[in-house]
Amino acid sequence: MITFTGVTKRFRDGTTAVDDLNLEVPAGEVVVLVGPSGCGKTTTLRMVNRMVEPSNGTITVDGRDIMSVPAPQLRRGIGYVIQQVGLFPHRTVAANIATVPALVGWDKARVRARVDELIATVGLPAGVADRYPHQLSGGQRQRVGVARALAVDPPIMLMDEPFGAVDPIVRANLQDEFLRLQAEVRKTIVFVTHDIDEAITMGDRIAIFSQGGVLEQYAAPEQLLADPANAFVADFLGAERGLKRLALIPVSEVTAEPGPVVSPDDDGATAERVARAHGSDWVVVVAPDGRLRGWASLHELEPTTRMGDATVRPFALQVNDTDSLRAALNAMVTSRTGVAVRVDATGVYEGILTQELISKEIL
Amino acid sequence: MAFFLEVLAWFPDHWSGTTGVARRVAQHVGYSSAASLLAVAIALPLGLAVGHTGKGGQLAINVANVGRAIPSFGIVILAFILAGINLVPVMVALVALAIPPIVTNTYVGIRSVDPEVRDAAEGMGMTGWQVLRRVELPVAMPLVMAGVRTATVQVVATATLAAFIGLGGLGRYIFDGLQVRDSVRVVAGALLVAALSLLTELLLAALQRTVVPRGLRDRAAAETTRAKTSAAAV
Repeated sequence: MITFTGVTKRFRDGTTAVDDLNLEVPAGEVVVLVGPSGCGKTTTLRMVNRMVEPSNGTITVDGRDIMSVPAPQLRRGIGYVIQQVGLFPHRTVAANIATVPALVGWDKARVRARVDELIATVGLPAGVADRYPHQLSGGQRQRVGVARALAVDPPIMLMDEPFGAVDPIVRANLQDEFLRLQAEVRKTIVFVTHDIDEAITMGDRIAIFSQGGVLEQYAAPEQLLADPANAFVADFLGAERGLKRLALIPVSEVTAEPGPVVSPDDDGATAERVARAHGSDWVVVVAPDGRLRGWASLHELEPTTRMGDATVRPFALQVNDTDSLRAALNAMVTSRTGVAVRVDATGVYEGILTQELISKEIL
Repeated sequence: MAFFLEVLAWFPDHWSGTTGVARRVAQHVGYSSAASLLAVAIALPLGLAVGHTGKGGQLAINVANVGRAIPSFGIVILAFILAGINLVPVMVALVALAIPPIVTNTYVGIRSVDPEVRDAAEGMGMTGWQVLRRVELPVAMPLVMAGVRTATVQVVATATLAAFIGLGGLGRYIFDGLQVRDSVRVVAGALLVAALSLLTELLLAALQRTVVPRGLRDRAAAETTRAKTSAAAV
């Protein structure tokens, strides 16, 4: 756990980068510091490993004041990843990763084993160990940066825009992999970004700062999106706040409606009755084993048509309970039926989701 | 043509003895290497210190450049008047000549280390000394060595002046030859100085290959290739 108590940083030119900050970073969580440039988020991060020394206040790591430990010793116990990575150009990937183990005096065999393990952990091919940074792609360099920070398995990681220097596709990849890794290693992470979407994706909690180092709100992403503390936060979250929030809520959070369901043995008259009762002009066709067949339009049905012989169209998109409500909304707007159909992992029909259901969830 | 044959014929006759080529080369190499090593011993720590701390860089470079602004010949004469006939005037002049390129290149080399590389080194817990020794110096090594090469080659050429105040070295052939109007001897001396400079350059280039980390050599090569490729594309 990292605790900031009344922390202020004033630079020599008189500017206040961080103003009376009180913040607690719980163990094993990712806390994202986000805000416009000049809001003090990077300064806040750099104070944790004393790359910047606070002017006032105290910062403790697991109860110990960071000022009570010599800076180099403190830093060796805290993983550090920066945007431009800062790999040593004269050292191989293996030697770069081995930087902190070498500083704390691990023996060669242990270092080598750890390097090999980390190269695999961050998803690099084994062959990169003896290559030099200039021979790697941008995404590979970022991975080496993360591996290097993880080398001595520090409980705390500081990550300053770690995926900022790569293109959006690579970044999304790195974010996904990082979250998967974090689910295993459960580090206490302070993560800085200026990108609110990255903050929402990565953070267990988000701290939004405004100019002059003022903490405007500190909350879990859903809560932040549902209930922004003030106009600054709402503005920073952006116009699509509702959509961003939907992306965080899984389909399993809302109860699906049964929907207008018929079986292949029903006839067109039955289908019409079911549809009218539901207020729609289409029905969902579900096989006796519960599997979803698709949907049929009343306009194409004769009262005597057996549903098994009627034109049944597949739903272009289906959702299951691990998808987000945003994915469900997307399924709705791309379907002629205007609903999202929910199935389980084996394709068994579970019900439909409507915009009314989602609106209820948001409001 | 006949003159060149005369020059060629001069060498076998003057190879050994107290004024022979072997002895003069040894003296010349002695003055040059002493001056160069002394200059490195002074300039390298200075360049590293101002480069690492980032303080006083401009001052150090300006002071060092004073050495370059004053002609070596003038320093030799001045120091000769003050110190008399001994190695001191020559050493003062040669060291003053060699310091500026080494200080400047070392300073620039250290300052040109990417700030994020330095930041990462410190942020991972290297002490100031470790950052300098393990990161800044190796990364700056190509520029540091370029400075040492420039300085040493200049020193080898300028050590000729030692003969002017009555000391040895290859300059003897040139100054003595001029005195007695023996142009064969002058040209032979000049050729020897040129050859020794060339040899020095080659030796230091070999040394540079061993002290510059492999990753940096490859990187420089890769960047050169890239530059050529993009130039070709244009």
